[in-house]
Amino acid sequence: MSASTTSGTGRHADAAVREPVLEIKNLSVDYGFGQDPTHVLRQVSLTLNRGEVLGLAGESGCGKSTLAYAATRLLPPPGLITGGEVVLTDRSGERRDILTMSDAQLRASRWQDVAIVFQGAMNSLNPVFRIGRQIADAIAAHTPGIRKKQALDRAAELLDMVGISPDRLSAFPHQLSGGMRQRVMIAMALALEPQVLIMDEPTTALDVVMQRQIVEQIAELRERLGFSVVFITHDVSLLIEIADRIAIMYAGEIVEDAAAQDVYRRPRHPYSRGLLRSFPPLRGPRRELTGIAGSPPDLRLLPTGCTFTPRCGFSTPECSRIHPELGPTAFAGAEPDRRVACILHGDVGTLPPELAER
Amino acid sequence: MTSSDPHPHDGDSSQDPGTPVLEAQALRKYFPVRGGRGAVVHAVEDVDLRLHRGEVLALVGESGSGKSTIARLLAQLMPATEGRLLLHGSDATVRGRRAFRRYVRRVQMIFQDPFASLNPVHTVRYTLSRSLRIHRGRLRGPALEQALTELLDRVQLRPPERYVDAFPHELSGGQRQRVAIARALAAEPEVLLADEPISMLDVSIRLGILNLLQDLRTRLDIGILYITHDIASARYFADRTMVMYAGRVVETGDSEAVTQDPKHPYTQLLVRSAPDPDGMEDRALGARGEAPSLVTPPSGCRFHPRCPFAVDLCRTEVPPLLEVGAARTAACWGYAERADRPSLGSILETYGGHRAAAATSTPAGATAAGKDQR
Repeated sequence: MSASTTSGTGRHADAAVREPVLEIKNLSVDYGFGQDPTHVLRQVSLTLNRGEVLGLAGESGCGKSTLAYAATRLLPPPGLITGGEVVLTDRSGERRDILTMSDAQLRASRWQDVAIVFQGAMNSLNPVFRIGRQIADAIAAHTPGIRKKQALDRAAELLDMVGISPDRLSAFPHQLSGGMRQRVMIAMALALEPQVLIMDEPTTALDVVMQRQIVEQIAELRERLGFSVVFITHDVSLLIEIADRIAIMYAGEIVEDAAAQDVYRRPRHPYSRGLLRSFPPLRGPRRELTGIAGSPPDLRLLPTGCTFTPRCGFSTPECSRIHPELGPTAFAGAEPDRRVACILHGDVGTLPPELAER
Repeated sequence: MTSSDPHPHDGDSSQDPGTPVLEAQALRKYFPVRGGRGAVVHAVEDVDLRLHRGEVLALVGESGSGKSTIARLLAQLMPATEGRLLLHGSDATVRGRRAFRRYVRRVQMIFQDPFASLNPVHTVRYTLSRSLRIHRGRLRGPALEQALTELLDRVQLRPPERYVDAFPHELSGGQRQRVAIARALAAEPEVLLADEPISMLDVSIRLGILNLLQDLRTRLDIGILYITHDIASARYFADRTMVMYAGRVVETGDSEAVTQDPKHPYTQLLVRSAPDPDGMEDRALGARGEAPSLVTPPSGCRFHPRCPFAVDLCRTEVPPLLEVGAARTAACWGYAERADRPSLGSILETYGGHRAAAATSTPAGATAAGKDQR
C-alpha cells in the first residue's frame, strides 16, 4: 500500500498484517418475489481486513445499506438474498459463512461478532426504559448467568468509554441529546467487543461539530479495542478523512475500491470522480462545480452495459453494450490494490487523462 | 403578469441601490413551552439582517440555532415576538390576508423537502398554474401554456412537455425541487428564502440545484437567503455569510473571509470540524459540549460554556456584533477594547493536541476530558 494511506491520522492498516475478517463474495439481493424482481445488489464482492476502517459510499438507493443488512442477514422482506457468501473469520482463525448459519448460531454470533449501529440510531433506543437497563439487557442476553449488578457495572464502564458520565445510566433516552443517544448506541454496539462494527450513516442526523466528536471517538475506540469498521455514508469527504479504504457503489454494484487517499487524489472511475466533485471544497480556489448530470438510476429500469453510461461524460458506444466487471485499473502493475469497474481501463492509451492521474 | 398592480420588477430602478430589498431589525421570536408555566424557548434573539437584490446571503448554523425560524419569520408564516421587517425600507409587517398575498408575491419560500412540499395528487401543471393564477391573475389558454413552458424552461426541466403533466411521484428529488423553485418563480419574486434547499437531495445533484439558483439570481436579479448547515456550500454559493449559534448571530461577513479566516471561536470550531480532505491537519479535535438549551440559555455569550477562551465578562454580558474587519462583524468580547476582555488563542492550538493525549490516556482520563458540559 502506498505511503499516502498510512500518513493519515491514526491509521494502522499495514499491508503486512492484512488478514480478512469479513469477506463478502458475489452477494446478490433482489427486492420482490414475483415475475421480475428488482436486482438491488448484483454480485458484490468486498473484503474487510482486521483493524481496518472500510468506507462504503454512494448515493441513496445505491444499495449500500442493503449490502450491510444482507451481509448480516438482517434484510427484511421483500429483500431476498439470491446468492453469494459472507465469510466471517474468528479471532481464532475459524471461518464461518453467515448466510448458512443456523438461527441459533446466528443469534449467538450477532452483536458478539458483528454489531451494527443503525441509521437514525438515535431513535432506536426504547423510550420507556432507562438506558442502563437497555445496555445491560444486551449484555445479559449474550452472557448467560451474569448478575444484573455485573451487567450494569459493565454498562457504566461502556458509557464512560464513549464519554458519557456513568450517572446517566438511569436516564431515559429523551433526557439525552441526539449526540449522546448516538454515543449510547455506539457503547451498546461495543458491549460484547465485536470484531466488526457496521455503522450505517451514524452521523448523518448530527451537526458537524458533534459529527467530529463521534468520528473521533470511534477512531479512538478502534485504536484501543482493535475492531474493524464498515462506515456507510454518502459524505465522501468525511470518508476520505476517516477510512483506510473506500468502496464506491453505484446502482447496486461496487464501481471502485481503493485506499481512501487514492480515491481522493486519483479517482479511476468516472462516477467516483463526479461524486468527489459534488462536494464544494472548504479550502482552495473557488471554482464552479457541476455535480453529476442526470438523476440517480431507477433500479427497475437499468440500462444495459455499464449502468453509469447515461450520466457519464466519458462514455463510448462500447459502454452501453459491455457490462464492466470490477477488475484491475489500467495501471495494474503500479497499483495492485485498486479495483475499478470501467471498460475504459482496458487500455491505458484510450483512458481519459482525468481518470489517469498518477 | 397583470397590469392591475405595479409589478415589483418595475419601479425599482428609482430605488436607491443601497436600500436592501428585505431587512430585519432586532428580530426576536419566543415560543411558549407547553405546560412550562410561562417558560419560553428563546429561538431567535436580536437578529439584524439585510438582503439586497441579486445577492446571496447564507445563514449557517447547526440544527436548533434558529435559522429556519428566521426564514419563517421573514416569510411571515408566523409573527415575530419583537422586531421590524422592512421591504424596500418601509414597514412590511402584514395584517390580514390581502396584505399577506401582496407580501408573498415579492418574498417566496422554497422548502427543504420537495417530497413533502408538492401535493402528490396534483400534476406539475396544476401546481404551477395555481401559483401563476394567484400571483399573476387570470391566465388561460395559450398564455397559460406559454407561462408554464417558460417556468419549466427557466428551471431547466427540458423539454417542458415531458414534465408538465407529470405527478410528483414520477419525478426524482432534484426534479421535484426544480418544480418547487418554478412555483416560487411564478410569482416573479424579488426575494427567495431557500430553507436547506439541497439537504434532502442526492449528493450528485445538489450542485445542479445550487447552480440553478445562482443562475436565477444573476438573470432575474433576485435576492436569495440561503439557509444551510453546510458551511462549505455557503462558501460555494453565497456572497455573504451569517453564522448563527443558539438563536444569535455570532459572525457576519464575506463568505470567503468567514470561511478562510473565521473570527468567532464558534465559527472557528465549525470550520475546523467540517470534513475537508485537504485540511486534515487543521482539525479541531477533542472539542466537547453541545448547543445549550434555549429555554434557559446561558447568560452573556451563549457560546461561553463551550468556549475555551471564556472569561467572566463572557458569562455576564452579551457581546454585541463588533467590527473585526472590512464589512465583517463578530459577536465576541475578544475583539472589544476593554480591559477585562478575553484573549483569544487559536482554536486549533487549543484542541489540536488533544488526539495525541487521548490516544494514550486511560478510559477514565478520556472521560474526564470528555465529560459533557450539561
